[in-house]
Amino acid sequence: MTWDWQIFCTETVTGEVLPGCFGRGGDITYLNWLMSAWGWTLSVSALALIVALVFGSLMGILRTTPDRRLVFFGNAWTELFRNIPLLVQIFLWYHVLPSLFKPLQAFPSFVLVVFALGFFTSARISEQVRAGIQSLPRGQRYAGLAMGLTLPQTYRYVLLPMAFRIIVPPLTSEAMNIIKNSSVAFAVSIAELTMFALQAGEETSRNIEMYLAVTVLYFVSAFAINRAALFIENRVRVPGMIGGK
Amino acid sequence: MKKTLLAAAALLAVGAVQADTLSKIKETGTVTMGVRESSGLSYTLGDGKYVGYHVDVCQKVLSDIRKKLGLSSLTIKYQPVTSQNRIPLVQNGTVDIECGSTTNNVARQKDVAFAVTTYVEEVRIAVKADSGITSIGQLTGKTVATTTGTTSVQTLRKHERANGVDFKEVYGKDHADSFLLLESGRADAFVMDGSILAKNIATSKNPKGFKIVGEVLSVEPIAIMLRKDDAAFKAAVDESIKAQIKSGDLAKTYDKWFLQPIPPTNTTIGMPLNAATKAAWATPNDKPMEEYAKR
Repeated sequence: MTWDWQIFCTETVTGEVLPGCFGRGGDITYLNWLMSAWGWTLSVSALALIVALVFGSLMGILRTTPDRRLVFFGNAWTELFRNIPLLVQIFLWYHVLPSLFKPLQAFPSFVLVVFALGFFTSARISEQVRAGIQSLPRGQRYAGLAMGLTLPQTYRYVLLPMAFRIIVPPLTSEAMNIIKNSSVAFAVSIAELTMFALQAGEETSRNIEMYLAVTVLYFVSAFAINRAALFIENRVRVPGMIGGK
Repeated sequence: MKKTLLAAAALLAVGAVQADTLSKIKETGTVTMGVRESSGLSYTLGDGKYVGYHVDVCQKVLSDIRKKLGLSSLTIKYQPVTSQNRIPLVQNGTVDIECGSTTNNVARQKDVAFAVTTYVEEVRIAVKADSGITSIGQLTGKTVATTTGTTSVQTLRKHERANGVDFKEVYGKDHADSFLLLESGRADAFVMDGSILAKNIATSKNPKGFKIVGEVLSVEPIAIMLRKDDAAFKAAVDESIKAQIKSGDLAKTYDKWFLQPIPPTNTTIGMPLNAATKAAWATPNDKPMEEYAKR
């Protein structure tokens, strides 16, 4: 097995090795393409993470309220998105829903993937937020209400600040999972890293170099999230509480 | 010291690759054929059964080799391969003869050898029958689907660059997916190997609703893949294929798989022999794709 790392400096149409590895004036090298693919992966992941955090937190909170209808809604949401495989969900969003609801056809596949990945992950985050809130002693909630806080205020000032601190570690895993799960986006025409590896590997017959480069970028992305989350975890810990020192 | 190490390493490397396939077949009475799970020229019917145009061609080749070696019986083992692992499996000796649908190109010729070309694929455009599109020039501003991990993506990109046609590309994760993009109206055209287009159209809900149009965007010689540096084995395979061409057997095999109803659904692909393949049969050769390139 001989390595050929020059392949990344090769122009994708002419097959010439360009000096400097980055193409200029309309020339695109495999390295240019790889970076663009990384950009797509990060964009899908970042936006899906926002969707997942917003909907996941909301559903998790609903599931701990005293109102049975809200609890039912939160549970239904969580079970719906938790029990269908991610790849199937992506296809549902891309092929099935647009044929049922015509206006969805105007949506670019990027938006549909962000929602598919975001909602899939929101089910998992909802579960963690619910667990975080329920792990708090029941007295916390009663104390908040007894002090005259409304229910939303009790959540805002008493329950959520503690619950979210407790669930930082599992949330970290979810954020890292989003990066890794974003690889399914290639199934609906997003030019992200996995697709790059398949396509560039076929074009250059250098599959192993391509997979290694992509592996490194996935690792770097997920590990960066891990470090950022660790930083947040250290900054928000409160002495004496769960997770604190 | 360094030199002897190097020499030893080189010997080992050669020892691993330099299998004389013919004597290996003669000694063991078995041969391993590389096949594809689902490809135009080689696919599975389940239960470890593999069929297709290239599988038939290879079985005839192996029966000729059996006669040549004077063996009374030859066991053929089928080894499914994928686009990713087919070359390494041929190199390391797992697969003796690969009968999937591999394009013969210069890059691959560095790693493996190819028998004479048995089929030349033409990259074409499929559109909806009522779309009014008849050539690649009309695709400006349109959405074109093709399948990730195929050379058609590269062909399309080259055309886009060379002719200034500006279209939007969408990629299916496999051929069925790309065809769905065309069928559901997410794409206006599907650019792919002619045989794959024909097969997808033949097995679609409404075969009359689609047609293959336009110029040939590129041609790709498809050949049976062998280990490199095994001249005797390659000669035996080539000899058998040339004999099949001469006797008209190859044309019959082609007819069976492309013009007659085929399993599992008994649909007919309905793709007559194309000009490029006829030319390749007239003068059998193992030229790579790059030498076919016209344009």
